[in-house]
Amino acid sequence: MTVAVLALQGAFIEHEKILAKLGADSFEIRQKKDLERSFDRLIIPGGESTVQGKLLRELDLFDGIKSRIESGMPVYGTCAGLILLAKSISNDSAQHLQTMSIVANRNAYGRQLGSFHTDAQFDGVGVIPMTFIRAPYIDEVFDNTEILSEVGGKIVAARQGKQLVTAFHPELDGDTRVHEYFLNM
Amino acid sequence: MSNERYELNKNLAQMLKGGVIMDVTTPEQARIAQEAGACAVMALERIPADIRAAGGVARMSDPAMIKGIQNAVTIPVMAKCRIGHFAEAQILEAIEIDYIDESEVLSPADDKYHIDKTKFNVPFVCGAKDLGEALRRISEGASMIRTKGEPGTGDVVQAVRHMRMMQQEIRRLTSMSKDELYQAAKDLQVDYELVKYVAENGKLPVVNFAAGGVATPADAALMMQLGAEGVFVGSGIFKSGNPAKRAAAIVKAVTNYTDAKMIAELSEDLGEAMVGINEQEIALLMAERGK
Repeated sequence: MTVAVLALQGAFIEHEKILAKLGADSFEIRQKKDLERSFDRLIIPGGESTVQGKLLRELDLFDGIKSRIESGMPVYGTCAGLILLAKSISNDSAQHLQTMSIVANRNAYGRQLGSFHTDAQFDGVGVIPMTFIRAPYIDEVFDNTEILSEVGGKIVAARQGKQLVTAFHPELDGDTRVHEYFLNM
Repeated sequence: MSNERYELNKNLAQMLKGGVIMDVTTPEQARIAQEAGACAVMALERIPADIRAAGGVARMSDPAMIKGIQNAVTIPVMAKCRIGHFAEAQILEAIEIDYIDESEVLSPADDKYHIDKTKFNVPFVCGAKDLGEALRRISEGASMIRTKGEPGTGDVVQAVRHMRMMQQEIRRLTSMSKDELYQAAKDLQVDYELVKYVAENGKLPVVNFAAGGVATPADAALMMQLGAEGVFVGSGIFKSGNPAKRAAAIVKAVTNYTDAKMIAELSEDLGEAMVGINEQEIALLMAERGK
């Protein structure tokens, strides 16, 4: 199995390290010709969604990635990745890939002083460490999207078909269980 | 600052990696920077080139001006305080800045002591010329490091020197035996534990950006190839002919820093680069502030 990691900006190396731990091959997507390589899964990492969204378009990656996700290739978005996959963003007019039936709330916990760490239940996995960095949460899910985790009454992880999103960063905590869940999807 | 808070602060720097942090002086510039793909902005009253030209004492910016920029963008906002000026840092924390740069660009407030950054909940980035300086700042609580290239000059030579020096010293540590590492800790004037981390991991325990003198996409690519994890661009953007275009080009150059063909295209028709001053032509070496 080969996992492509979107490497336009942000914490992509952290995902690659977890994938290596799990014995999964990975490579980075930085420009259009990287899409020519064969891969069966995609991770969209944390970072700034404004930067990644802009580069997706300007480096001409947008349509190629969107169509792969729409045709059922499994994708996992953390933090900024969640925002890029969301159908809409409640507090921002920006729109990105819009493949997943969720409404994201950007910077929902405020500035860096609002960043936090906790442990909480993730359905199908158990209690896991969760690190939130200027994180979003999910205001609402619709269609067939399942809620996988809630923290303080807010939705922080969800799945729709082969699309998985978390508002937090398992790749920062060295816990491989969410990535294993993704690789088994 | 709790250990958990320090980890969260290091984590925010990880999210900035592969990105460009741009100096801005107005909400309008901040919007241009965000639009161009900045992963964060540094809010300051005057960009370093103008601080250098104006002379006199350079201080923390007016909090009202910083708040104006915080309200103008959704990306993280950083601001500078003077070296050792913990009261300025307290003010920046009070207005919930995302990152404080304890910066040699401003006039130092203390010629001996840096801020005890472990007392703060907000993160700090600090400049360093070599590994010892980087690790000393980290032991004081910095959760991100940048080179201390000469700000406001458009001359990248010092940022290159600092990045090369750090990488070379890191590589040297990775080849040392344990007894040599004890001595290295003494030489570097830092904790053995920090030295041990660097020796085992071949990198700093925090994210390391390039800063100072970056003016072109090629400068940014150079710093990334030398091992920077991202780039600060100060005067280089808003002192140039076409800030929006240059900023966007530098952002793309950082993402695809090894693709010379793409960087060649990005470097076309950017308009005039900032004029710049050579290292030898400047009277004030800001990098010598704070050791």
